[in-house]
Amino acid sequence: MRINLSGVAVDDQQKALRFYTETLGFRVKHNIPLGEHSWITVVSEEAPEGTELVLEPAAHPAIGPYRKALVEDGIPFTSFAVDDVGAEHERLVAKGVRFVQPPTDLGTVITAVFDDTCGNLIQIMEEKAQA
Amino acid sequence: MRHVDIYHAIADRTRRAILDELVDRSGQSLFEICGRLIMKHGINSSRQAISQHLDVLEAAGLIRTRREGRSKLHWFVGAPLKAIGQRWPVSTDEDTSHSTEEDIEK
Repeated sequence: MRINLSGVAVDDQQKALRFYTETLGFRVKHNIPLGEHSWITVVSEEAPEGTELVLEPAAHPAIGPYRKALVEDGIPFTSFAVDDVGAEHERLVAKGVRFVQPPTDLGTVITAVFDDTCGNLIQIMEEKAQA
Repeated sequence: MRHVDIYHAIADRTRRAILDELVDRSGQSLFEICGRLIMKHGINSSRQAISQHLDVLEAAGLIRTRREGRSKLHWFVGAPLKAIGQRWPVSTDEDTSHSTEEDIEK
């Protein structure tokens, strides 16, 4: 068994597609219209055959209150790995991304949290080299 | 809101650690505070427990909260602590070498 998909619920799939590709820099893997919504997945340029991130429509009525409660407490919907949180923070801020938590050194990891403009907070995490 | 006196509010190691972290950076979410407590202080209380500690600190006037976007963020407010120094003033010629490290109650 393998984990091939992960998902993030988004307010607007087309807006999310732009944010996750143009701003974050992921690549579209699938974009298949399915009635009202689409099956959209993106992959990392660094691992195009790796786990796909599904940009799922946040259409189910339970998703609204769930995501609202997560955002209220600053809890990220998911987390991405980066080599250098400081450099990513600088790059994304230059593109107008709003961070709710700037790069924070937590000992073994450095993390930061930003708003994906589609209803979620997303964490980026760098594992520090062991001294 | 109920009133909590500052002596009760700071008489708890977790609440003091929360204040330490909010002094380190103002405007943190519950998620960030919990992450810092686990990773930097080894305090792995539940989010709900930390949320209750935040309520106590807020009731004592030692933190305030504000919404930024749709997130609730927390700030340290030091003003209520002035009452301690006014009640027990420290004269300038006193020996101040006494440790205030937190090993006393660990």
